Amino acid sequence: MSLLSVDDLVVEHRSPGRPAVRAVAGASLTVSAGEVVGLVGESGCGKSTLARAVCGLNPVTAGSITFDGQPVTPLGLRRRRLTGIQMVFQDPYASLNPRRLVGDQVADGLRTARDTVTSPADLLERVGLPREFAGRHPHEFSGGQRQRIAIARALAARPRLLIGDEPISALDASAQSQVARLMRDLAVDAGAGLLFISHDLSVVRLIADRIAVMYLGRIVEVGDTAEVWADPRHPYTKALLRAIPKPDGMGVLPAELPGDVPDPVNPPQGCRFHPRCPHVMDVCRGKEPDFGPVACWLHEPR
Amino acid sequence: MTLEISGLKVSIGGKEILRGVDLGLAAGRVHGLAGESGSGKTMTGLAVLGLLPHGARASGTVRLGERDLLALPAKELNRVRGGEVAMVFQDPATSLHPMLTIGRQLTEHMRHHLRLGRTEAKERAVELLGKVRIPGPAQAYGRFPHQFSGGMRQRIAIAIALACSPKVLIADEPTTALDVTVQAGVLRLLRGLCDELGLAVLLVTHDLGVMSAVADEVSVMKDGLVVESGPRGRVLREPAHAYTRSLLGSLPGAGTAEPGGPGDPGGPGAGPAPEGER
Ligand SMILES: Nc1ncnc2c1ncn2[C@@H]1O[C@H](COP(=O)(O)OP(=O)(O)O)[C@@H](O)[C@H]1O
Ligand SMILES: Nc1ncnc2c1ncn2[C@@H]1O[C@H](COP(=O)(O)OP(=O)(O)O)[C@@H](O)[C@H]1O
Ligand SMILES: [Mg+2]
Ligand SMILES: [Mg+2]
Repeated sequence: MSLLSVDDLVVEHRSPGRPAVRAVAGASLTVSAGEVVGLVGESGCGKSTLARAVCGLNPVTAGSITFDGQPVTPLGLRRRRLTGIQMVFQDPYASLNPRRLVGDQVADGLRTARDTVTSPADLLERVGLPREFAGRHPHEFSGGQRQRIAIARALAARPRLLIGDEPISALDASAQSQVARLMRDLAVDAGAGLLFISHDLSVVRLIADRIAVMYLGRIVEVGDTAEVWADPRHPYTKALLRAIPKPDGMGVLPAELPGDVPDPVNPPQGCRFHPRCPHVMDVCRGKEPDFGPVACWLHEPR
Repeated sequence: MTLEISGLKVSIGGKEILRGVDLGLAAGRVHGLAGESGSGKTMTGLAVLGLLPHGARASGTVRLGERDLLALPAKELNRVRGGEVAMVFQDPATSLHPMLTIGRQLTEHMRHHLRLGRTEAKERAVELLGKVRIPGPAQAYGRFPHQFSGGMRQRIAIAIALACSPKVLIADEPTTALDVTVQAGVLRLLRGLCDELGLAVLLVTHDLGVMSAVADEVSVMKDGLVVESGPRGRVLREPAHAYTRSLLGSLPGAGTAEPGGPGDPGGPGAGPAPEGER
């Protein structure tokens, strides 16, 4: 059984006097213990909304989220800490308290897990930082170091599921792959699942066992990382891969995917990707492909 | 060379940040500047624009035609900046005023630098918005920055940079904050504008894929010095300097096949990870 199972999830953002924003519109996804799943897609596709719903931070409109056999319901912050899910956010400047010592912040996580044996310095060591950092303040560190501190704090709580929402996007190139690999290694060593969200497929590819591609609230392709990378099938996945410029010195401009992610208040009829799809057919305009693992009329399962 | 930087040194509070940078920018060419964060890429661009932080001391020369920009009085430098030399930053919010329509921002710039009349300025603004491929340029003219997506905002920042027909464009990580799909469009735009308008472009980026896609020449910086410089193909395929090799080695895709191609081993664990960030 999967550690996390998201089934036909719908999440709407509601604010008074505005139409509901259906940011997640029937998405299904699983993460097993010890497994790393990469969730990719352009910004505005609903990745953060899905992640926050899994943490109980966004109410579920329809569908279900099951963690360890238990339904996930919206929770207060304190109880959420006890559920075994921890999240690392994009901005390590905003997620650490600038006025508290690094060690004290990591100790919060240890208390959550009722861990009286491990010291904050032990955790800093595990994320590749000197033990002395426990006695310093976050502002003394670079973005990459702060993100390692945030990871140490999340791990201190011994989560069974770790979620990283664009945890490397604010870091520079050399730090990106190091921090991504660190998250993978630590999660897998602890037997936890990792849901790693990023818009950068070339980094996700380094650490994920499986890749899920999200477009406008739905998962449009899921597969083993190596297969998706070598043989992407959904036209959206193909477009994402073709847009990555290659450092081969050949001077080839990456292919553009015209248009923007549509407003989820008013999604296109039929296949949500059809207005941007180079292979659009008649059926795509009228009927939504609601099957997997590749939600595309060119890849209908028989 | 349109712009020639020689022996550029910058120090702040006794700390040497640039230690003698040499770089040349030619018309119609994109010169890529790579290197890890903190190596001095941004500082090099700022020195050219005369926008160094308070208390910074610069020496060496930055030659634009007959003039040395480092020796220019503030008033003349102001005219050069935004006129002959323009800039685009990573965050388009840096170059866009949130409370003014994009039309106003484009025309104000032109009226100030080019002394154009109102109608003329508006015509040129709409034309520029079309050139950077903003859909419906005439309607877009009256809108505010927040009414556009991140990619569109960066295109608008580029339009503003181009407003006064600069000879030199300094673009500091212009696509780093964008989705890859949007980045692809902005890179195509930059390359096209460079070719079409004969701009001399300095493209600062830490992304060697971006470098490979648009740069003609590539320079690599480390600790305030250019450690390697040459044609794109040579620097990226046969890097002479160990540091350049380590940068290439730290890339996600290092030493493996391309996406969508057969024979890709895939999976975790490609390439060595040098101790970069500290
Ligand atoms: N609190 C909110 N209120 C209204 N709309 C929101 C809110 N948060 C996100 N959205 C919208 O939901 C969609 C998905 O957003 P998000 O989950 O942040 O996507 P991603 O993380 O993939 O960029 C976007 O259209 C976004 O504008
Ligand atoms: N305002 C400043 N005062 C003092 N040092 C600075 C300032 N801005 C940047 N630096 C230092 O200058 C060096 C080069 O920075 P920068 O040019 O921004 O690097 P890059 O753009 O290559 O990441 C770094 O060591 C940085 O810490
Ligand atoms: Mg997000
Ligand atoms: Mg910089």
